[in-house]
Amino acid sequence: MTAETFLQIDLPALLAALFACIACALVGNFLVLRRQSLLGDAISHAVLPGIVGGFLIAGSRSTLPVMAGALAAAVLAGVLIEGVRRLGRLENGAAMGVVFTVMFAGGVVLMEQAAARAVDLDADCVLYGQLEDILWLAPTGWASLADPAVWAELPHEVTVLGAVALLCGLVVLLFYKELKITAFDPALATTLGIPAGLFHYGLVVLVAVAAIASFATARLLTDRLPVQLGLSVGIGAVTALSGYGFAAFGPQLLGGANSLSAAGMIAVMAGILLTAAILFAPQHGIIGRRRSRARYRSETV
Amino acid sequence: VNGDALAVLTLSAGYNTAVVVVGTACLGIAAGTIGTFLLLRRRALVSDALSHSTLPGIALAFLIATWLGFEGRSLPVLLTGALASGVLGVLAIQAIARYTRLSEDAAIGAVLSVFFGAGVVLLSHIQTLETGNQAGLKTFILGQTAAMNRGEATAIGALALAAVAACALLFKEFRLVGFDPDFARGQGWPVGTIDLILMGLVTLVTVIGLQTVGLILIIALLIVPPAAARFWTERLVTMAVIAAVIGGLSGWLGASLSALFPRLPAGAVIVLVAGGLFLVSFLFAPARGVIATALRAFRLQLALAEQVALRGWLRGRRPTGALGRWLSVRGLARDGVLTPAGRSAAQAAERNARLWERFLIDYPALVPGQAHWGLDPIDRVLPRDLVRDLESRLDEVTP
Repeated sequence: MTAETFLQIDLPALLAALFACIACALVGNFLVLRRQSLLGDAISHAVLPGIVGGFLIAGSRSTLPVMAGALAAAVLAGVLIEGVRRLGRLENGAAMGVVFTVMFAGGVVLMEQAAARAVDLDADCVLYGQLEDILWLAPTGWASLADPAVWAELPHEVTVLGAVALLCGLVVLLFYKELKITAFDPALATTLGIPAGLFHYGLVVLVAVAAIASFATARLLTDRLPVQLGLSVGIGAVTALSGYGFAAFGPQLLGGANSLSAAGMIAVMAGILLTAAILFAPQHGIIGRRRSRARYRSETV
Repeated sequence: VNGDALAVLTLSAGYNTAVVVVGTACLGIAAGTIGTFLLLRRRALVSDALSHSTLPGIALAFLIATWLGFEGRSLPVLLTGALASGVLGVLAIQAIARYTRLSEDAAIGAVLSVFFGAGVVLLSHIQTLETGNQAGLKTFILGQTAAMNRGEATAIGALALAAVAACALLFKEFRLVGFDPDFARGQGWPVGTIDLILMGLVTLVTVIGLQTVGLILIIALLIVPPAAARFWTERLVTMAVIAAVIGGLSGWLGASLSALFPRLPAGAVIVLVAGGLFLVSFLFAPARGVIATALRAFRLQLALAEQVALRGWLRGRRPTGALGRWLSVRGLARDGVLTPAGRSAAQAAERNARLWERFLIDYPALVPGQAHWGLDPIDRVLPRDLVRDLESRLDEVTP
């Protein structure tokens, strides 16, 4: 592997995965605290009709209309879930399940209709994301990175994801206190004059933005919002790097010729880290807890 | 098209179509029945994780079967794999929720994404294989209803029967665990085993439904019909029956529509029909529908406002505006004076309110939960001797 192929093929995909994981990790923490981990999953399914709709209206796969459609669908999904839950007096999980499956089904029908008009919209790329398709043709070697013109040609997926990660970081930094209080105790937040409802919808929009931005590259990443669980951004970065690394280079090390799905591999790496955390975390891990219990028992005896 | 539509709906449009329509209707019935108890147990989204976690099993079963020299795409092999990894996913959720500090929704999200990710990795590996018969594995994600043959339809029919029978046999257990698992545990019921049986039934429906509507949309068949049925009734038996009917209807209509029009994928159309039925129930169901609920609330408000206005009038406060006009429409007042009917209604309201007041002061522990106290006629809610007792003490001053 030369520096050129790394810079042209692997680096942009790596950066995209990295930014997506960081953005999702940042908002994911608050979803886990609010016991709404599955909102990310629901939204990432529910944006399908928006994406296809944006695509049909614009007639091309350009980023802006597709993103706008997706964002509209995500906000609609958030409002619908809340509406069905409140007006219909259904539990949260059922409300989510109803809204996202019906919207996804609508998207599938739209997509089939669109495919009938022989336009180029691939179900696979919506379902799994195509992290590997992001190419950065400008750099020719490490030295060329010094040239600003090369950076100007950075694939827009990477730029958008970077901006979204930055936005998530800024929102979390600025509103950390408010987000924390509304997550742990919305009633207290309301009495303190913090608009809990506003923060709820703000978070929904932020999740939607993170999910959609990642969507273009790797929908699976949005599914794993909850996997972050407080270990968060650092872990997110590690999963992105190691997952991509294993997917792209692992098979070659083992003698295979083709690389594996990077998005899928990143999710698997997150799972491995989660398992490790469950087992070995010093305070709340299973092994740590068992050991401290044993110590306690021997001391009391 | 009209003649065709009738033919498809009445199963006389050819053998294959009839098989598909009946098969999907049976699937809808099974999913609706079992989904009712899943919803009651507040585990609707476990089906989400479950169906996603079947994917690595399907891919692994294909790989292993091919490696051993069998036909990798045979349905029993793939469904066995799906069943195994689906069960593993459910067990993983239960273990994570029980032994760690993560809540159940986080456990569901984690299992869902990790298993589905593993499935996608395996699929991407399978696609690079040289066996050449891997096409079709992906139909499990979005389903392929039209491919259903008679054997599969019979199997689904048998499953629907078994699901309904199991729910009827275990109705008491499912209801108990669904409404109050802690109480059930306290009474000595094996809550874990009952949960496991329920999840086993859900897994069975999911795996059978994979081929038909796909792993993402089978979730809808388990969640949407029961959620729609919830609006029609407050009773669990009725809810299960209505959910089965809605599920069956969605399968029937969806498969028929998909057979009639080109490029309408059956799995998605079935879900859209279910979604339409959900919307109708959500809005128009008389028991818990949004419009009926709003109407009831409005009627209650109006009755309360009317009584307050009439009582105020007795004390010389004449209501103005819309409320005043409403009282003349009702014939209780005319030209700014109470009619005889209005006067007696006002006196009845006054007596009722004061009796309720006395009751709330004297017997605060006895206040009935169902009645709108202060508004419902007290003679109809409380026993006669109690009302007489209250009447005798109406003018007492509370110390």
